[in-house]
Amino acid sequence: MLKIENLHATAGDKEILKGISLTVNSGEVHAIMGPNGSGKSTLAQIIAGHPGYVVTSGSVTYEGKDLLAMAAEERAQAGVFLAFQYPIEIPGVTNAYFFRSAYNEVRKANGMEELDPIEFLDFMDKKLKLVEMDEAMLHRSVNAGFSGGEKKRNEILQMAVLEPKLAILDETDSGLDIDALRVVAGGVNALRTRENATIVVTHYQRLLNYIVPDFVHVLAHGRIVKSGGKELAVELEARGYDWVMEAA
Amino acid sequence: MSSSIESLVNKEYQYGFVTDVESDTIAPGLTEDTVRLISSKKDEPEWLLEWRLKAFRRWQAMTEPHWSNLKYEPIDYQAQRYYSAPKSITPLQSLDQVDPELLRAYDKLGISLSEQKHLAGVAVDAIFDSVSVGTTMKAELSKYGVVFCSFTEAVHNHPELIKKYLGSVVPYSDNFFAALNSAVFSDGSFCYVPKGVRCPIELSTYFRINAANTGQFERTLIVADEGAYVSYLEGCTAPKRDTHQLHAAVVELVALDNATVKYSTVQNWYAGDKDGVGGIYNFVTKRGKAHTNSKISWTQVETGSAITWKYPSVILQGDNSTGEFYSVAVVNNMQQADTGTKMIHIGKNTKSTIISKGISAGKGQNSYRGRVKMLPKASGSRNYTQCDSMLIGNQCGAHTFPYIEVANNSSTTEHEASTSKIGEDQIFYCKQRGLSAEHAISLIVSGFCREVFKELPMEFALEAQQLLGITLEGSVG
Repeated sequence: MLKIENLHATAGDKEILKGISLTVNSGEVHAIMGPNGSGKSTLAQIIAGHPGYVVTSGSVTYEGKDLLAMAAEERAQAGVFLAFQYPIEIPGVTNAYFFRSAYNEVRKANGMEELDPIEFLDFMDKKLKLVEMDEAMLHRSVNAGFSGGEKKRNEILQMAVLEPKLAILDETDSGLDIDALRVVAGGVNALRTRENATIVVTHYQRLLNYIVPDFVHVLAHGRIVKSGGKELAVELEARGYDWVMEAA
Repeated sequence: MSSSIESLVNKEYQYGFVTDVESDTIAPGLTEDTVRLISSKKDEPEWLLEWRLKAFRRWQAMTEPHWSNLKYEPIDYQAQRYYSAPKSITPLQSLDQVDPELLRAYDKLGISLSEQKHLAGVAVDAIFDSVSVGTTMKAELSKYGVVFCSFTEAVHNHPELIKKYLGSVVPYSDNFFAALNSAVFSDGSFCYVPKGVRCPIELSTYFRINAANTGQFERTLIVADEGAYVSYLEGCTAPKRDTHQLHAAVVELVALDNATVKYSTVQNWYAGDKDGVGGIYNFVTKRGKAHTNSKISWTQVETGSAITWKYPSVILQGDNSTGEFYSVAVVNNMQQADTGTKMIHIGKNTKSTIISKGISAGKGQNSYRGRVKMLPKASGSRNYTQCDSMLIGNQCGAHTFPYIEVANNSSTTEHEASTSKIGEDQIFYCKQRGLSAEHAISLIVSGFCREVFKELPMEFALEAQQLLGITLEGSVG
């Protein structure tokens, strides 16, 4: 589904990614771990099409297409979803309106009919249950005045609405208490199928107790320095990152 | 990154066309003779000419105000033409006598004046340059005793009302532009809603400037008698021309005891091009006087004009009266707006609300200027002001000038202000959910303006939202 080859990227004058290669297949969950400043979030943002980075070499192929040649909205319409580390507030625009606009854009791009507001509210009913959110949430402005936990849940709710093929969760666990973590992870797990894939970017192993990865990669200084199975995450939790970085 | 924010600019102004009609246009210049000529063209009674002349003499003794945060080339008042009217219009004609070319012009603007096709639920007075082309649904309104007609017609048919209320809210001596308007005003709309009548439909005036090098100086007077209700809409457009044109209007609202007047404007005068060539200079005095238990509400969406100088205000004369001001002002490219309101609390327990949303894009400069004044006798009065600015890009500006004066110790005022910026992050967030940049901006901006849009009548709310999308289209990339 996703194939990243020798990806180099800069922000301003600074090279942040220094040759990343990663293959993600349908049905897989990959965890990307690593210390602060290692380039984890940058990688997530580049896959989603953030305009703040320049790819200097390498390639990203998504379902056989050159992902880097696609505009951010085209990537979203093709099923790439990023759950933001810091979800953005849009005051005055209700969640319901925002979600429906997004959902309909994605449907339109895929040759499907748009849903009207009433059909959409019906559709939202099930989605809300998935993340244990109340309907009142739909009538609040997008992320405005939300607590940290609500914002993260709201991201997973959008993921549930858009049903992406490739979901990237960028530190979705940071700032979540244990109950919220359980709810968020439950939502993500419920959305897992054989057809879609998930990349979980995180500092901590904690989230991976709930969302169990097939592969764990350690990112340091812009490179993947170690890959392994889910047991690697446990080892990292116990021993920290230093030994991996020294070994690399 | 920020260069992409500047990149998407400017959909063509849709209403920039010129209508080819033969006009009776007077020579440029302004003297007492000009005032007399305008008055005689309208076949006015002597008392009105006298009033104009007093205004003119007063104006001559005044100087153009420069306290606003606006920069523009000096206006040569002697180079302006003060009257232009299509020759085919004869005073007081009926709608079926209107020149088809003029009807077509309004059709192009999306306003049908032919009685069969007009928008259901809205009566329209159409002002073309210096005269009214016609007013729709007059017969329907007269069943309720509602008078809605051009100002010229009102002078002839309802002189007692005009005499009583003309200048009663904005005296001719009020300010430089109001004095100028009082001397040379050519037409405008008049509305009177009798005691206890709720005007059953929206009333609206559509102002169109067509002639070149000609100013438009219209005057609107709306009187809601005791317990009456009226909702009035105003729309404005002008052709694209590369010289600046002057628009100096006066609007007076009177809400007698227990009455409500709701006045909404969607101002879309030609704003000039990207480099600030051409566009309307809009210097407008709008004010309402609210008597006991009455309410005056201004809602404005200002997207046009090269220069906007406008402060729709309410004098809260009667006890328990209410004044409201809801505003969205957008500047893009080289546009400048200095706009806001004055709420003058005179009566006891009077209440005012000010919600101002300023949006600046391109190199536009947007200033909110507001005065809240509580007089010694206005005990128990309250004001709430909220002033939000949104910046799009790095070259525009937002400025806030609030003045609050409280002369008693039982009044309350609240002022909240915020400035935000549409950033790449907000747009990226929307794009990541599948929305285009244009869609993202219109979504973010309409969210920002929601509190004001919900005050607009239905027909206008949609139009305003679309207009905003067009005005800002291309201002973010």
